[in-house]
Amino acid sequence: MTSVVYSENEDRHATPRDYLSGGWSIRSWLLTVDHKRIAWLYAVSITGFFFFGSAAALLIRLELISPAGDLLSAESYNKLFSLHGIVMVWFFLIPSIPATLGNFLLPMMIGARDMAFPKLNLLSWYIYTLGGLFTLAAVIAGGVDTGWTFYTPYSTLFSNSAVLAAATGVFIVGFSSILTGINFIVTTHTMRAPGLSWLRLPLFVWANYATGLVMVLATPVLAVTLLLIALERVLGIGIFDPALGGDPLLFQHLFWFYSHPAVYIMILPAMGVVSEIVACFSRNPIFGYMGMVLSIMAIALFGFVVWGHHMFVSGQSMYAGILFSFFTFLVAVPSAIKTLNWTATLFRGQISFSVPMIYALSFLELFTVGGLTGVFLAALALDVHLHDTYFITAHFHYIMVGGAVTGYMGGLHFWWPKLTGRMYSRPWATVAALALLIGLNLTFYPQFLLGYAGMPRRYHSYPEEFEILQVLSSLGAGVLALGYLLPLIYLSWSLRHGEKSGPNPWDATGLEWQTPSPPPVHNFAETPVVTEEPYAYK
Amino acid sequence: MSEQAIEDPQIGLQLIPQQGSEYAAQVDHLYYALLGISGLLMAILAGLVVVFAARYRRTLGRGRGKLLSDRSGRRVEIGFALSLCAAFIGLFFWASHLYLELYGKPATDITIDVVAKQWMWKFQHPDGTREINTLHLPVGETVQLRITSQDVVHSLSFPAFRLKRDAVPGMYTTAQFTPIRTGESHLFCAEYCGTDHSRMRGKVVVMSQTGYQRWLAGQGDAPSPADAGEQLFQSYGCSGCHKPGDATLAPELAGIFGKPVPLASGETVVADEAYIRDSILQPQKQLVSGYQPIMPSYSGQISEEEILQIISYIQSLTPGEQND
Repeated sequence: MTSVVYSENEDRHATPRDYLSGGWSIRSWLLTVDHKRIAWLYAVSITGFFFFGSAAALLIRLELISPAGDLLSAESYNKLFSLHGIVMVWFFLIPSIPATLGNFLLPMMIGARDMAFPKLNLLSWYIYTLGGLFTLAAVIAGGVDTGWTFYTPYSTLFSNSAVLAAATGVFIVGFSSILTGINFIVTTHTMRAPGLSWLRLPLFVWANYATGLVMVLATPVLAVTLLLIALERVLGIGIFDPALGGDPLLFQHLFWFYSHPAVYIMILPAMGVVSEIVACFSRNPIFGYMGMVLSIMAIALFGFVVWGHHMFVSGQSMYAGILFSFFTFLVAVPSAIKTLNWTATLFRGQISFSVPMIYALSFLELFTVGGLTGVFLAALALDVHLHDTYFITAHFHYIMVGGAVTGYMGGLHFWWPKLTGRMYSRPWATVAALALLIGLNLTFYPQFLLGYAGMPRRYHSYPEEFEILQVLSSLGAGVLALGYLLPLIYLSWSLRHGEKSGPNPWDATGLEWQTPSPPPVHNFAETPVVTEEPYAYK
Repeated sequence: MSEQAIEDPQIGLQLIPQQGSEYAAQVDHLYYALLGISGLLMAILAGLVVVFAARYRRTLGRGRGKLLSDRSGRRVEIGFALSLCAAFIGLFFWASHLYLELYGKPATDITIDVVAKQWMWKFQHPDGTREINTLHLPVGETVQLRITSQDVVHSLSFPAFRLKRDAVPGMYTTAQFTPIRTGESHLFCAEYCGTDHSRMRGKVVVMSQTGYQRWLAGQGDAPSPADAGEQLFQSYGCSGCHKPGDATLAPELAGIFGKPVPLASGETVVADEAYIRDSILQPQKQLVSGYQPIMPSYSGQISEEEILQIISYIQSLTPGEQND
């Protein structure tokens, strides 16, 4: 039998075969319950969705090179930024690190053979991919022009597009998040190797565990909200539409109750990745491990009480605004502590600038800019001026692209030898990492300036004086595209031609590095026993 | 739909937009303070990373140095967190104070009614003059905006006044500001509202007081919102039941604006704009104590502008003065 669809009677004392040696038949992939293969399935899907989202972004940036709306019609422009947002948020950023690196590494890092529920894991990929394709079809064929936020009553009564179908797709995909979250939580609770106490867990595991909690707690609220939209659109029951006796602000409350924590679903796993990389390439234990764990959990918790900061100008009570502002300042503190601790981890280390470390240091710069500008937006009177301007666009792209995507790329380059057993071209990878850093700053820094100057988001045409900054931003997007295309090429190339990397090319600690690369089907020949603190770099 | 030309003010790129009001200058001070703090933190972070990267790079071949003890590590963390908290609390109070000033309700000189629709801004001045996508204002007077929408959510944005307020259907939102210098500045819709969202923009024109009066005079004679409201009050038949000095069929409306009203449910509400609007569109929702639910709903028959005019009329009444 060449398939790795493993069965109960498999001989667990046989010489371990690596998880890819089971063959490349369609069946061996589509019916696998191996968390490592499922991680690859996810990787292929999210890369596909990322391509669509990026193509939309490039068209948007091309349109914005000139102030008049001349390249695209207003309808097309609105559909493109809706496509970009919907695809990037739900089909790329949310699953990106957890479903690929998390799926692959979480069991390995805790010394387990697989996830707690391998079949649910596979099911989550099917739900995700089918839901994603369904949404994509609806958005492209039907033309959804509501933005990814689906604000009512525009989305329920005025937008004559395939809103319902798109919302149904997002609703379906939500369940894959919930299944992944449940798997992470249960696996971390029940399948840790002997000796691996909670305070010996790598921070990447902590981060994915916290992400799992947020997924399980927040996603159902999104599902309920989308269901209510469907009820209003189909049956005309007044929930959000004031003409039917509903309340449009209720939608915003429900939407952001999910969508703000969703930001932490995106950024927490990236923080976990960066912790692993920074420790490894400075040969130091993480500075303030306990502080890092508490920060992760604090971010996950406080993330649930700041949703109203998206609504400071919306007409919600001013006093609610003040409370939400206070909590928003508060949630910045644990993030700042994490930044301090990553920096302090470098202190008196032996620092090397391998590719993953370049990504991690880029993350540090980009995330700090994103985080500090978040403080601007927590400040009520400043947010009133900056709300719905390019300042917001810049801020969340620094967090989501600068933070989450840079973290994902860093993690991909850090664990690539583990995933594939091969090493990529380091010079090319260095070029790509620098292109990402430069491209990102060039794309989004001018947008901060545009925002304070007053330019609103989601504008198809704009007053002429903003042209110069928009052109700079579009130039940056070109450089950024290079930073994404290059890895696609040299990583694919390395699959066949890269030099063999051996089990632990970075000389890193952590259980995932204690097995061969690529790892055997069941990860470990024997269940490992943990006797050390995490990050025991000597 | 009509492809109306967009009138952008010709003001050139200003990274800090013109400070159209005292308030704008105060918001900028907050901005500069935050830029200073962020710049300092970024500089420290970058400095540390560069210094560490140079001093502790592996190629020097040195062994790893002695690490900080857990205890001093914790002190660094806690000290950093506490100083950050202190700075944040200061910023929080500063910014919240300004926010209350913008959205609070101090005494205002003129009230401008704003109705948003896909895709235009409709303004009505106290003397009844109307305009679209351009707003003329006198310098030195405190302006209150009373904003609503007749379709989807929009957002009125005046960057020069650091002011933004959503226009929400079924709701009145307010904001006020005092222009201190004459000139033109941007007016945007900031909340995405559909196809021509980016065309829903124009300009604010601040004029001298006499210039403003002259401009108003040149706009022709329109009845003031209160006068128009009075006519509507007759033509929609409201005055048949809401009679001055006769509260048998329906409550008397003179002097009720802004006052508490006892409801049949035993609760009390303040008769503000939202309550009057609700009472016209959904009269049974919050019935006044002691009255029968006999008033018909005007939902679907009356426009947002007309409701605002009736509100202005009711606002203008003082007890014993309602005339028919």
